Amino acid sequence: MLRRHPLVSSLHGMVSVLLPVVLALAVGAVLLLALGKDPLAYYGYVVKRGLLSPTGLEASLTRTAPLLLIAAGLIVAFRSGLWNLGVDGQLLLAAVVTAALAPVLADRMPSLLMVAVCFAVAMAVGAAWSLIPALLKAQFGVNEIISTLMMSFLGVSFANVLIKIPFNDPLTTVPQTATLAVEDRLMRLADTTIHWGVLLALAVVIAVHHAMTMTALGMRLQIVGANMRTAVHAGLRLRLLVVVAFAISAGLAGLAGAVDVLGVHGTIRADWNPAYGIVVIPLVFLARFNGYAVIAFVFVFAVLVIGGESAARRLDVPTYFVLVLVGLVMLFLAVTEFLDHRRRQTARN
Amino acid sequence: MDGLLSEAFIASLFFGAVTAGVPLLLAGLGEQVSEKAGVLNIGLEGMMLAGAFAGFAAAYATESFLAGFCAGILAGMAVALIMAVLCVVLGMNQIVVGIAITLGAEGVTALLHHVLYSRSYPRLSRVETWTIPGLADIPYVGAAFFDRNALIYIAFALTFFMIWVFRRTQAGLNLQAAGDAPAALDAAGVSVTITRFVSVLVTGCLGGLGGAYMATVGGGLFLPFMTGGAGFIAIVLAMLARGNPLWILFGAFLFGASLALTTALQVAGVNIPTDVIQMLPFAMVIVVLLLFARHSYLPPALGLPYQRGAR
Repeated sequence: MLRRHPLVSSLHGMVSVLLPVVLALAVGAVLLLALGKDPLAYYGYVVKRGLLSPTGLEASLTRTAPLLLIAAGLIVAFRSGLWNLGVDGQLLLAAVVTAALAPVLADRMPSLLMVAVCFAVAMAVGAAWSLIPALLKAQFGVNEIISTLMMSFLGVSFANVLIKIPFNDPLTTVPQTATLAVEDRLMRLADTTIHWGVLLALAVVIAVHHAMTMTALGMRLQIVGANMRTAVHAGLRLRLLVVVAFAISAGLAGLAGAVDVLGVHGTIRADWNPAYGIVVIPLVFLARFNGYAVIAFVFVFAVLVIGGESAARRLDVPTYFVLVLVGLVMLFLAVTEFLDHRRRQTARN
Repeated sequence: MDGLLSEAFIASLFFGAVTAGVPLLLAGLGEQVSEKAGVLNIGLEGMMLAGAFAGFAAAYATESFLAGFCAGILAGMAVALIMAVLCVVLGMNQIVVGIAITLGAEGVTALLHHVLYSRSYPRLSRVETWTIPGLADIPYVGAAFFDRNALIYIAFALTFFMIWVFRRTQAGLNLQAAGDAPAALDAAGVSVTITRFVSVLVTGCLGGLGGAYMATVGGGLFLPFMTGGAGFIAIVLAMLARGNPLWILFGAFLFGASLALTTALQVAGVNIPTDVIQMLPFAMVIVVLLLFARHSYLPPALGLPYQRGAR
């Protein structure tokens, strides 16, 4: 086959990524029309409030922090061929433990140390919640899609139990954890409302991207992802690698929860479940497990969500619409991927 | 605590177990068909939601439960058609398409609910029941099993019908072969694609019916995300049932019972946070997986698209 010019192949990559997005927006526009809304006004308003206004842009950037950390964890899991679909439970439990721990620690130690301890605990909690699916997968080959989903549902309810009983702040009427004082939360960057967790998340995604492609552990995990039998024949300790990949993936989901609590919320109310996981999964696919592409997609998604939240209040299009868009993007992504694959196969024959 | 042994408590537990168990039974039987044929149908949750919405909308508009059930079946099959075309015919990734379908169905049904019902929150009228004379008066179990909507009897009967299909019919054998040895089925002159295509539609049909049941007989109203993971529990039931519909029946009512425990405990005057009860079914799956992990059986070709001649 002829070698393609790098510019052509990168253009081709851009098209194959942008096409599903454009198609999803187009179908979304039809849906909006069916609902009796003006699609151009909706999309325009979303861009204006999510990207072009300073407060909107700050909110969008802040929202990327937990999403990027989840995505980093998913890159590790998916490149290792493991379907960690239990992100939401891992994140929420870690977030609740962080929310309960932080106000207690804040009185007893310097703020930076408190943050470090919280991050470590959150990662441990997230990783611990992935241990059962990891061991079931490593030992018996039990399908991890099912086990991680079950652990996720279990974790979400368990987090609520924790908020309502042991960690409940007696001073409030609604069940919630004690509130972390604003001055103890993650420091803001300059004069903005953006906290430094965003920078941390960016650094983690880039580090994970390079760790998976350039280090020995990353290489081993990718072999596991490519073919488990090959990994065994290559003398890799398959069981250990499966557990490690799950622990990293779930640990980063836990970190995402801690960053969201320490950076934005300061407390967690009962029944709070942002359900970030289920939307980040398609984004990571869309980026084809590439860390840099993930950053771009997560940012676009955050703009869509923040803008969509304002649009929901202003134009009466509920935020569910963003969910439909993400589902559509994923479907069209799968279709374009398939067509591309078939085109390349016919070209080869 | 002696309230726990009272007739009211036990009767309401049985009643709730059947109410909550039937959608799991229907969806689980459906998922079993496609898993047997080698398609892991992660989109089941989306099919149930679509069925729930369509079922409620039709039953509300026509004031007929039967119309609701039919609409639920059609909606579930329409969603399944997407899955069948993309995954069976075109061989695309079943997990990606399944998640996309669930997300899309969640969004679309929530959106439609917002447009149509979010101001009035309409409810359906009382459930019509078929009372079986004599049996319905048995204490403890009579009201739960013998004074119910016709669909509940149909769901029970379906379990045994599926056993017959799997064990005694050519279609059952074809299904099994499509999941265990698709190449052999192909060599025998039966199309793997058509077998799997039909199996996914059957899943959509039963999943949609299960969803319609939840929104009509079960709750009498539609709420966004109302299936709440029932589709995923049904997938687990199908995985653990090792191809035997009886295990799905058993599992569905075990889950139904743990879901019904909250209401039953309230009847008995015991107050436990609902979140603790909500953990029960999921905790039970994990325990079952831990205990029986070695025994869960999945067809060798599950999740793999079939390409004729590919090695």
